[in-house]
Amino acid sequence: MNFPLPEFVTVSAANPWTYIVFALIGFAFGFTLEMSGFGNSRKLAGQFYFTDLTVIKVMFTAIITAMVLTFGAVGLGILNFSQVWVNPTYLSSGIVGGLIMGVGFIVGGFCPTTSLASASTGKIDGMYFVAGGFVGALLFGETEKYFDNWYNTSGYFGRVTLDQVFNLPIGVVVLLVVIMALFIFWGSEQLERIFGKKDLTREPKLRIAGAGAMFAVALAVVFIGTPSLEQKYNKLTFTRTETIPQLEGEEPIVNTTIYTADEMLSERLAFVSPAESFKARYNQSINLVYLDVRSESDYNLYHIEDAVNVPAGQIEEVIPVLLSEPPANTVFIVMSNDETAAVNTWKMLVASTVPNVYILEGGINNWIAFFGADDEPLQPALNPVSDQLAYIFPAALGDSYESCDPSPIEYEHLEFEEKIVLELKRDKSGGGCG
Amino acid sequence: MTTAPVTKKSVFNRPERPYVHPYFGGVVLGIVLFLAILLTGNGLGSSGGTTRLVTFVQDQIAPEHVDRTPYLLKMAGGDKNPLDDWIIPVFFGALFGGFTSGTIFGRTKLETTKGPNVTNRTRWLMSFLGGVIFLYGARMARGCTSGQALTGGATLSAGSWVVMLCIFAGAYGMAYFVRKLWN
Repeated sequence: MNFPLPEFVTVSAANPWTYIVFALIGFAFGFTLEMSGFGNSRKLAGQFYFTDLTVIKVMFTAIITAMVLTFGAVGLGILNFSQVWVNPTYLSSGIVGGLIMGVGFIVGGFCPTTSLASASTGKIDGMYFVAGGFVGALLFGETEKYFDNWYNTSGYFGRVTLDQVFNLPIGVVVLLVVIMALFIFWGSEQLERIFGKKDLTREPKLRIAGAGAMFAVALAVVFIGTPSLEQKYNKLTFTRTETIPQLEGEEPIVNTTIYTADEMLSERLAFVSPAESFKARYNQSINLVYLDVRSESDYNLYHIEDAVNVPAGQIEEVIPVLLSEPPANTVFIVMSNDETAAVNTWKMLVASTVPNVYILEGGINNWIAFFGADDEPLQPALNPVSDQLAYIFPAALGDSYESCDPSPIEYEHLEFEEKIVLELKRDKSGGGCG
Repeated sequence: MTTAPVTKKSVFNRPERPYVHPYFGGVVLGIVLFLAILLTGNGLGSSGGTTRLVTFVQDQIAPEHVDRTPYLLKMAGGDKNPLDDWIIPVFFGALFGGFTSGTIFGRTKLETTKGPNVTNRTRWLMSFLGGVIFLYGARMARGCTSGQALTGGATLSAGSWVVMLCIFAGAYGMAYFVRKLWN
């Protein structure tokens, strides 16, 4: 089974179970917070006077527990991390908002969810906090327009995780966070002993065993590592629908088929004809990128206009850019001289969860065969070699040939089988607390 | 276990029980968070629910205003229903979950939790003010302690760790000035 379950990624009236699942998650959330003492503002505020450090203990235990389980599941290939909501990084608004929240926390004695646990158990101060929260949310909605640009762009880095920041394997980061948390727990207990006059000998001994267990699980996460590209590739699925029109007055039959990545290649569903590749450039609903993965010398000899040259050996370096930079409606058409190098690149890109990647059918050679009939200087080579240019070029003229930029008027009517299916990436603002 | 003398009777007259051990509570909360991530790919949250409820009310009263306000537009512009989001069932689930736990353990009763040296009225005013400030900050940071600190912390989001540190920095920095409220 592949997690997260696609049925439960968003709530929808079409599937009422989603409401129940999310309500149960919320129920367990509220229950645990109340059970830990978070309905009591004094207990929460004690955190900031070093008398009662329940807040940081519960919070960091929850974070490291969820973290080792999450990255353990990712490492074992159960959970697809690219489908997990990771809060995008907005440094400026995050810092300012965080500091404001801290002030609200110590003045009001709650945070939003704990105020729910408090208000629902009859605490009047909790009810006032919830009421104040509605006013705060209203004020933000009404004043955001004065700093909309700053709010949406300043210090924006997109989806960044700590392993990328520190350039460490994710398992190592998990282990370091666990070690840090265990140190924080030790420090918190010392503070409680000093400021809160708490007798540590009455604390359960089991917590030491728990710390050891947490450390051991984090070590295991380091050794499990992250799934290789090959493992990810083998788990990929692609959904294609086929509509079969029926006689008039009858509903057309819609067949949905799920293909593996290898089937996408063997059924030729990932291959786009030169005609469709050309037409897609003039399709307003997609942002088309021709990704030319040949060597720079071949690219200089001949390439399609606006094609971006990333030689196959360097493709790995640009994957993070391909994942984060382009708009969601971007479609990549990968091309090599024939198909071999492009297919390898396609495998690597789809395994890295780059969406909407296709291969130019027959590569550049097929493109020239299709559009280049009138290009006088281009003569077919006598004995073409596999995945090499099958034409002879008198000079390195790049995209100066007529067929590099076929006329949209001359080729207005082209017949082809449509292969491109635009899959929109998960909306960044669709998850999280947004 | 001996129970302290109860001044006010709790709902259903259940004896008040102590809170669970923080580490135990944390592990349970962590498992809940992990299940949320595993099943839905989203984590936990609640301040987004507050915003969406407010926006829903605004959309009922002044839909044209909502359509002209950039921040609200994204949630409720045109035909969009701001309540059509996973955070709404989580929000109400959390309310009910807190109530259930408080009731089972005898802690559901009408009272005010506060420091020993402030009046109820001051506490209520400060609580209201804190709520205003907190939610303003939570919307600015795109998530509160649940959506940013817990969820983003567990998924190792770089920005969430920054937000988390800033929440603690803001609270510790302010704590001295409002110490009379709590001590």
